[in-house]
Amino acid sequence: MLKRILMAVLAICLAGPVLAQSGPLRLTITDGVIEPLPFAVPSFQAENAEAAQVAADITRLVAADLSGTGLFREIPASAFISAHASFTQTVAFPDWRAINAQALITGAVTVAGNQLVVKFRLYDVFSGTEMGSGLQFAGTVDGWRRMGHKVADAAYSRITGEGGYFDSRVVFVSESGPKNERQKRLAIMDYDGANVQFLTDSSALVLAPRFSPTGDRVLYTSLGSGFPRINILDVASVGTRQLTTAEGEMAFSPRFSQDGTQVIYSLANGGNTDIYRGDIASGSSTRLTSAPSIETAPSLSPDGSQIVFESDRSGTQQLYIMSANGGDARRISFGDGRYGTPVWSPRGDLIAFTKQNAGRFHIGVMRTDGSEERLLTASFLDEGPSWSPNGRVIMFMRETQGAGGTSSLYSVDVSGRNLKPVPLNNGASDPSWGPLQP
Amino acid sequence: MTFFTKAAVIGLIIATAGCTNPDRFGAGGDGAAANANANATFTTPTGANDPHSPLFFNQTIGDRVLFAVDTASLTGQGKTILDGQAKWLLDNADYRVIIEGHADEQGTREYNIGLGFRRATAVREYLVSKGVPADRMRVTSYGKERPIQVCSNESCYAQNRRAVTVISIASLS
Repeated sequence: MLKRILMAVLAICLAGPVLAQSGPLRLTITDGVIEPLPFAVPSFQAENAEAAQVAADITRLVAADLSGTGLFREIPASAFISAHASFTQTVAFPDWRAINAQALITGAVTVAGNQLVVKFRLYDVFSGTEMGSGLQFAGTVDGWRRMGHKVADAAYSRITGEGGYFDSRVVFVSESGPKNERQKRLAIMDYDGANVQFLTDSSALVLAPRFSPTGDRVLYTSLGSGFPRINILDVASVGTRQLTTAEGEMAFSPRFSQDGTQVIYSLANGGNTDIYRGDIASGSSTRLTSAPSIETAPSLSPDGSQIVFESDRSGTQQLYIMSANGGDARRISFGDGRYGTPVWSPRGDLIAFTKQNAGRFHIGVMRTDGSEERLLTASFLDEGPSWSPNGRVIMFMRETQGAGGTSSLYSVDVSGRNLKPVPLNNGASDPSWGPLQP
Repeated sequence: MTFFTKAAVIGLIIATAGCTNPDRFGAGGDGAAANANANATFTTPTGANDPHSPLFFNQTIGDRVLFAVDTASLTGQGKTILDGQAKWLLDNADYRVIIEGHADEQGTREYNIGLGFRRATAVREYLVSKGVPADRMRVTSYGKERPIQVCSNESCYAQNRRAVTVISIASLS
């Protein structure tokens, strides 16, 4: 029953903007009409004294993950009738029904040295049943956030029937300094902005990193030599090497193939920019486009058979789809303005993009045939969408106007709801959202 | 030019690089004002008054040309500047150049890298058409990553949509 209610909510989320397409798209951006599903998460039981703090922290994180989706609303502990102090006790469903908690999450935490064990159960309060069976995650105390994210992912996944996205990381460009002397460093963070680690120093200008499908490596463009080059970085060792691409020295806009062995990228030669596919191990490459225009920002379909990219062959930047082996391309964007940075959704059904029109930037999505375009955001400069692993949320960069302009990361639901900044201390741009961690 | 004078000139370039280019991408400068006095007050064979100096190239001839929004077409004014650049490069065959293309912030990052290449290449092709050997010139692009003006209106954007011809030292071989 719980699942059915939330599925209805999700369906409304997706259908809302589509139904509203005849009216101004702007309304759909701020129009919040859904009623989030109320849930309760009593503080997880600390099974020993050492676990007290981390049990409280994990409980708060689970609540924050779920509330942060905009699809759930936490019922505060002050409203609770039952304490549910023990993980093993029988759930007093009437007490939770009385405060209208539709989902109840309970848990217990044990700490032994740096070892952490988290157990949790999820209940459908109104039917009085447990959803799925209890789960247990083991990790380290230092990595307690991952354990919390895993609990939240499991709860989200059971209630929505979709994959989660909380236990995932994002590689991005950390920015500092004024616009004309901006320092840029590659950095990695948890999806919620926690645990920022720098991967490069600020000696070389870097841009547009992309995670490998398994999240073990990052491709990015470096201007450190004075000429755009593609580098590949191993996340674990933070070791970097320059990629051998094709002849010529000006390669940029790299993305991994689905199996992580190849790179799709742009190469500029004689003022013309085309898309190539290269083999990471051997360095051999194949040219995929050959128009006298700028072809860049390629993105592979999830099955690896097609590439969506941007080209200004028509006179302005527009989106095109071609076979992953190159050849004829068909244009899919036909609205007003310019379209760039297409990114194929992990579900395969949508393409996210940056649109420029009438002096404003938008993040939007459209179907792969170009239909049902809807704009999710609007600002002076929004750019560079990246999909959450489950295709439900898009993270992007927003830059503010003027001499003191700074850039930050934002996320927005694919329906256009729940727009919010990712909390970070420094400026940030060019997010690339990695996979769910194992 | 003997090896020693060439070495001395290079030394001067290195010495002046620091003061003429505190902001490597900035300071196109009021070369015209300095040039007005050049013939009358020419006393020292260095700096902006020396027509063989990179400083003269940067400030008096002009090291950059500007572009309209989302184009790489050279303007009449741009071609005049490039005519001067070509003549200087033919007169001073010991120098090489790197042509850097730039874009304003009104565009996506990777497209602007491509657009910068297009602008730098337009300059290179024009200089080639005026007789400058192609192998003395390299092109690159910084896209929108290195604006020289930081405001968000056309007065700044117009300065940022540029291709800058950066003088570099020729190999001594």
